[in-house]
Formats: sequence, C-alpha cells, structure tokens
Amino acid sequence: MTASVTARSGEMGPGRVTQLGVIRSEWIKLSSLRSTWYSLLAALLITDGLGTLFSALHTHRMQQGVGPNGPVAFDLDATQISLRGVFLAQLAIGVLGVLVITGEYSTGMIRSSLAAVPRRQPVLLAKAVVFAVLVVLVSLIATLLGFLLGQRAQASTHAQATLSTPGAERAILGAALYLTLIGLIGIGLGFLIRNTAGAIATLFGIVLVAPILASALPTPYSTDVAKYLPLNAGTQVITTINPDPNLLGPWAGIGVTALYALIALLAGAVILKRRDA
Amino acid sequence: MIEAVALSKHYGPKTAVDDLSFVVRPGVVTGFLGPNGSGKSTTMRLLLGLDRPNAGTSSINGKPYVEHPAPLREVGALLEARAVHTGRSARNHLRAMAATNNIPRTRVDEMIGLVGLEGVADKRVGGFSLGMGQRLGIASALLGDPGVLLLDEPVNGLDPEGILWIRNLLKALAAEGRTVFVSSHLMSEMAVTAGELIVVGRGKLITSGSVADVIRGAGSGAVLVRTGEADRLASLLAGTAQHIHRLAPDTLQVSGTDSTTIGLIAAREAIPLVELTPQQATLEEAFMEITRDAVEFHGGAPSGDESQPAPAGGLR
Repeated sequence: MTASVTARSGEMGPGRVTQLGVIRSEWIKLSSLRSTWYSLLAALLITDGLGTLFSALHTHRMQQGVGPNGPVAFDLDATQISLRGVFLAQLAIGVLGVLVITGEYSTGMIRSSLAAVPRRQPVLLAKAVVFAVLVVLVSLIATLLGFLLGQRAQASTHAQATLSTPGAERAILGAALYLTLIGLIGIGLGFLIRNTAGAIATLFGIVLVAPILASALPTPYSTDVAKYLPLNAGTQVITTINPDPNLLGPWAGIGVTALYALIALLAGAVILKRRDA
Repeated sequence: MIEAVALSKHYGPKTAVDDLSFVVRPGVVTGFLGPNGSGKSTTMRLLLGLDRPNAGTSSINGKPYVEHPAPLREVGALLEARAVHTGRSARNHLRAMAATNNIPRTRVDEMIGLVGLEGVADKRVGGFSLGMGQRLGIASALLGDPGVLLLDEPVNGLDPEGILWIRNLLKALAAEGRTVFVSSHLMSEMAVTAGELIVVGRGKLITSGSVADVIRGAGSGAVLVRTGEADRLASLLAGTAQHIHRLAPDTLQVSGTDSTTIGLIAAREAIPLVELTPQQATLEEAFMEITRDAVEFHGGAPSGDESQPAPAGGLR
C-alpha cells in the first residue's frame, strides 16, 4: 500500500500554483456541477421562450389593431420585444453567479480551495474568468436564438427586424453582456456575503428593488439616481428605437453595469484576503 | 517538520488557542490530543493559513504555509468538517484539487484506488457515508505526495476496518520519513497510533513528549498492596505516603511513595505481603489526569463521564 502512496519517480513532475492551473481547476468545478447546466438551460429557455411569446403577443395585438395602451400606440422596437426574456433570465444567471462561491462556503469546499491556493485571490479571478467566458457564450446563443425566433414570430407584422437592422447586433451582444455582468455582480456579492440566501437577496435588491425605490424619490433626483442603477443602465443596450432621453446610452449603460461588477469583485477580493476562511 | 511559535487565536471574547508552541518532527506519528473544544481544529486551520493568528507564527518545512509555491505538494491536509462540495463527484473533486497545483491526472486515479473508492468515484459526494467521505479526504491529502500530513480527526466516523486501515497508513507514512500530525480526542486511538504526543486543553499546551513520557508525567504511580495486616501497614506508611486508600479489608492503594519503600518498611516490620504492584497509568488515565482542569464541556454530574461532552455544553 505504501509503495503506491509515494509517487513513482518523475511521475509528479515539477509544479507550482499558477493562475492557469487555478483557472483549469475552476473550470472543472463549474462544469462538474449539475446546478451550472440547469441554470444555464433555464436562462436559455426563458430568454427564447419569453422572446417568442412576447413577439407573438405583439403580432397578435398589431393584427387586432390595438396596442397595449389602446389603439395604434404600437411599440415599433421589434428587436427589443424579442429580447425581453432577458429581464427574467437574469434571475437564473444571477443565482448561478452567487452559487459559484456560496456553494463552497455552505459545503466547506472553500477550505480545500484556499488550502490549495493560499494566496486566495487567484481563486476569485479564476472563478470570474471561467464564469464570464461560459456565461457570455451561452447567453449569446440564447439572445441570438431569442432574436431569430422572436423575429420569425413577428414576421406577419412586416415590421420585424433582421440582423442587419440598425442596433440589432448590438442588442444581441449587449443583452448577453448584461446577463454576464449580473452574474459577475452575483459572484462579487457571494464572496462578500458568503451566504446563499443573503447574497441572492442583496443581488436582486440592488437589481430589481432599487429601481422601484428610486422612482419614489422626488424629481429630479428620481431620474438622476434611476439611470445609474444596473437594471436601468444595463438594459438600454437592447433598445434600438426611441431611447429614453432620461437614461444612459447603450454602451455607457453597459459600462456602468460593468463598474458595479468590478466594484463587487474588488470588494469580494479584499474580504477574501482579509477574513478567516 | 511543523513549528508553531506562541500561536494565539481569539474569536470575539473567546480564546481558542492561547500562546501555543510546539514542534512536530518527521518520521513518527505525532498525536495532537485534547478534549473537544480545546483548540485542535483551530490550530490546524492556523497552520494551513485558513485563519490568521492574533499572535505568533507557524511554519511548515521552514516556511509559512502560504509561502509554499505548491502547497499541496508539500502539505496534505484532512480537515475535520468535510471540506468537499456535495454536488460534485469524488473524481471531479480530486481533479479540481490536482489542477491547482499542477498535479498530473494519473495521480488522481491512483489515489482513488489507494483509498478504495473506485466503485463510487463518479458518484456525487453528497451521498457518501462518513467513512467514504474520510477516505476521500485522505485521497485528497495524499494527492501531492506531500512530506507533511495534517489530519484532523481522521478516524471520525470510520468502522473498525477503516480505523485499522488509517492506523496502518499513518504509521507507514511516518516510517517513510514523513511528518504526520494527527489530531484526536480519542486517547485510546492515539495510544496505538502515535509515538509522540502534544496534549492541549483550552487552547494551551499541557504537555508533550513520547507516549511513555506523557503517561509517566501524569504520575498516577500508585502502588497496590495486599496484606493480612493492612491496618498496621497503613499506620506505618502514614508518615511517608501521600494518600492511602483502603480498597478492601486486605488491600491498600498507596500513592506518593514507591514499591521499594513500601517493601522495605514491610520487611523491617515483618509484615507478610501477598501482593506489591506498581500501577501503571494507561494513556486514557493519564489524559484524564492531565486535562481534568482543561475540559471545556464537563459531562452531566450523574454519569460523571468526562470523555463525553454534555449535549447542551456541546452547543455553542
């Protein structure tokens, strides 16, 4: 038995902890959990299912000659209609981002992870990189598919968009980036709060509840605050017609959302380094 | 070689480890012994850089743990509470651990075979029994073929076969010249596994040394005497002995003196002795003796069993 504990000479090779090795480890971790694939599948089905449904409802209303607010007030942003599933899909992605790290705290896995990489911060960086790459790819598939399915459902309106419609490609890419950034905010909050329920509540407090609270502020503070909140800022990228002048432009909005993600991850990194595991 | 120098750790007002210093040498299994709540697990976490000490330093093979470029190749650790994600298979857990320290994939399969988890390696760890979980922990600790092993309560939850397996494994690892540091609250286990002991209570070092030294140091050292003239012998010994306990009409337990002295006194006074036996303390007794004042959670008074914490006391 002891003979096999000791590695055969040369078998182990040289080795040290490298960022690339930690990234490989985090890929094995993320891809080997069922919850990862369930969350991604949920995000995909929501984005494409709701995109198709909203598009079909819109088409139906156009054919009836009534808009949601009475006759003729038609929403002409065919691209945006087909991507509205993102508003719900962000829940699945946000929860996945939180779980990437709180799942380690709740099971004790974090102690193994940090014993293997005692400098700690490479773990956070690797988690963020692996998550971002995987989620942006899956989200792109979801938003592209959502757009195509949605436009097909709107075909009979003759107002449908195509990939060459101005803003369509930006909206598809931007929606995928938005979903990824919400997930990264979730990772940062997960490192900060360590508890699944607490981190999820905080994430959706910031993303979904804050805009409601902001709208209760007296004008002009209401619009000043509202436009910098991640939901309002980050989802402008899917609007291709008649953007709200009170809100940020598409890429400025994604930039602000990215800033939230960066701040959350940096704060998480500081806490990770300083607090006991 | 593991060195701790004046380690202290507080959690809020509670002191978990208090000015603890010790050295663990290679080539022998060193038991880290103490009652529940005596700071063993905290000390292990401090050694692994998971918690930061409020004072003091520690090093493994001459360097603080966090400064090793490939810590898993230097130090293998089994942490008390299972430190594995329950949703992942054993094999994927080991693969993820191996990747961080650039340990080859072949080593993962070897360790799965070594600990006997081949049949369940691709099942999720959440369904594992305590014993299977401990085997996975051992596989994880041995992944990097480390020269130093830190194992927190490795026999917890194992069946007799598993306990025997760990015992032999630890001895074999030490015999290969590795440093093997094993915490336990089970003296009986350490008595047959460890060569050296470090005994702690309430976070403080109580004693350390070889198993024999620790037993001797506890100094029960009573002598059992049987004689028909127990009364007369007792009165003659009253001056020299510390304590004389009448176990039966013809049996005395004498402490504070040795069998030679008692034998000579009896011979001088022509008292026939039927039995004269120095009593060797067991490690169990020595441990109880040493840690009597350092037990964090005393058992309920009626049972008087100090080795088991009272259920209420165990809740913190």
